[in-house]
Amino acid sequence: MPAIFSLDPLFLGDAGNLEILAIVLAKVVIAFAGLMVSVMLMVWWERKFISDLQNRIGPNRAGPFGILQTLADGIKLFFKEDLIPDQSDRFVFKLAPYLSLVPAFLVFAVVPIGGDFSNGGDGLISVFGNDTYVQLADPHIGILFVLAMSSIAVYGIMLAGWSSGSKYPLLGSVRASAQMVSYEAALGLALVAVLLKTGSLSTTTIVREQAGEGPEFLGLFPMPDWNVIVLGVVPFIIFFIATTAELNRPPFDLVEAEQEIVGGFHTEYSSIRFALFFLAEFMNVVTMSAVMVTLFFGGPAGPDLGVLPAALWGFVWFFAKLFVFLCLFIGLRGTLPRLRYDQLMDLGWKLLIPLALGWVLFLATLDVFSDRGWTSGGERLVVTGVFLAAMLVFAGLLMVAISNGKKARERDGEEVFG
Amino acid sequence: MSEFLRSYLTVAIFGATGCLLVGAFVGLSALVRPTRPQAQKYLTYESGVDPVGTGWSQSNIRYYVFALLFVMFDVEAVFIFPWATRLEAYGYFGLVEMAIFIFILALGLFYAWRKGVLRWV
Amino acid sequence: MVAQNIFFGIMAAIMIWAALRVVTTKNVVHAALWLVIVLAGVAGQFLLLGAEFVGVTQILVYIGAVVVLFLFGIMLTRASMGEDENVNLPNRIVPATVGVLLFGLMAFATIDYWRDAELPKDGSPTTVEAVSDSIFSDFIVPFEATSVLLLAALIGAIVVARKE
Repeated sequence: MPAIFSLDPLFLGDAGNLEILAIVLAKVVIAFAGLMVSVMLMVWWERKFISDLQNRIGPNRAGPFGILQTLADGIKLFFKEDLIPDQSDRFVFKLAPYLSLVPAFLVFAVVPIGGDFSNGGDGLISVFGNDTYVQLADPHIGILFVLAMSSIAVYGIMLAGWSSGSKYPLLGSVRASAQMVSYEAALGLALVAVLLKTGSLSTTTIVREQAGEGPEFLGLFPMPDWNVIVLGVVPFIIFFIATTAELNRPPFDLVEAEQEIVGGFHTEYSSIRFALFFLAEFMNVVTMSAVMVTLFFGGPAGPDLGVLPAALWGFVWFFAKLFVFLCLFIGLRGTLPRLRYDQLMDLGWKLLIPLALGWVLFLATLDVFSDRGWTSGGERLVVTGVFLAAMLVFAGLLMVAISNGKKARERDGEEVFG
Repeated sequence: MSEFLRSYLTVAIFGATGCLLVGAFVGLSALVRPTRPQAQKYLTYESGVDPVGTGWSQSNIRYYVFALLFVMFDVEAVFIFPWATRLEAYGYFGLVEMAIFIFILALGLFYAWRKGVLRWV
Repeated sequence: MVAQNIFFGIMAAIMIWAALRVVTTKNVVHAALWLVIVLAGVAGQFLLLGAEFVGVTQILVYIGAVVVLFLFGIMLTRASMGEDENVNLPNRIVPATVGVLLFGLMAFATIDYWRDAELPKDGSPTTVEAVSDSIFSDFIVPFEATSVLLLAALIGAIVVARKE
């Protein structure tokens, strides 16, 4: 049954076995420590890298290259007076940072961060004779768990803004929650493309399907079998944009647009509680990058280049890919101006969601026809052509209808809304 | 306890560890940080001037419509996920059924679009 | 199975407490938050029954979307931060009766239908594939009907919102 369930063999053992318990606890500690250290380095690296982009020096006092800056900031915030406004709803005000932070690191529990996938390996590594995956848990619905957590994260921001009893946070949080739910829809639909190929929701299976060699690049050399290539780049781009919006990262950082609404939802937060929001934000960046690496870039899968033991190469590949994504996020922050709210909503609802739906149907059509033997290049081209024609006709009708509606409104001089 | 529940138990342990750690941070900080109350410190922030009225403002109905659209697409996605994992077994039948489903929901998006609800003015 | 029963008891107790708070609290936003706890409990109970997919769907759709919709709805009104005296209706007997009757009906239907049903002895979960297979065979008509229902809800909401 493991082929279907892809359950961690560690859990098949005897429950009372202390060794297994120890491994589970060790995993919890390692995952936590790994995440914390990555987040700290990420904060530092973001500041350093963005300074380079802006011709500044950036943090350079605390430790070599200012690497301890995050720690110093954390300690400083730790010793600051904590102010809770009189107008606030005290219990919810204190609860909100937890709701922001806990989902952020729970996502990390289902991400495979290492393991031996080279040469047809199944990602298992052996610890004291017990085979196990290098991830905390591998539930069958793995990737839906990520979506569920990101939908809970909306509460942290929404409640933080509401409970402050202040105007700017309320504006910020309503904006943020509408933005996050809008892009969560696109996020989920972009994910479907991956499921079409993998046929499983489990993260380990998704990574295993991407191990090994994929299609050849112009017949010259084989490319990796990553979903980003196999599915066409579109689902990945949709997923990446939706993630950026979901994380409230620039250019989608309307949530804390300083020029308009001060700090947004965390305006009233100070001291350690502010630090928790800050931590959650960067932790989300790290975990969502990890999710993207898992879904589209083969996670820890990669060739075994020798030198290191095979089991360690998984970690190396995973963190290397993760680092590229983190740099990409910083680069976006350094180069793109912030979107307006109407542009943001247009991009999400009028472009990403229809495109994601169309692409899913397209991939599904190709899949079904290749199962029926339509596999040669010419036949695939015919299927693609017919599909594209149908979509174009549909989109054309849509455009005509919309412009008619617009004309009718302009004729009637009708107030568009409200 | 069955094997799959144990994997969720691990997640629960992870979550509990995190909560405890965060709680410990907040608790420790409460022990060491100064507390020097002054009435002004507890006013809500309003760019330096005294706050006017209550912190409550009625939000716009547009947000509500977007939330409703999201509910619709969320339910749609929940039906698409299992379908995507089993498409190979369903073949044409599955493709057509899902195309109809997506088409009907796309009509909803299209209606909202046409009525100008998606336009943020 | 013993551990499952203990967890069931704990969760059920929390859910009942939270459900009572939903109707007794005077702050509307707090009521929505207590509702989240009830729904999370439902998701947990599904997990205990081995219905992973339904459990995660419960979180995704109900906690992640429906209650967020409620909160947006609450923020549309002039509900204040503190306790609201107008939340409690003077006439509580009729809604309470309807609630009890509805609960009785659903409890009866559930118990009557699943009286002899048993969970798999080995505690193996229902797979997503199995859920999908039953949607696309026995329940194909309700599945397509769902889309029409959602469409109707959306159109209704847009019409109401535009009238304002």
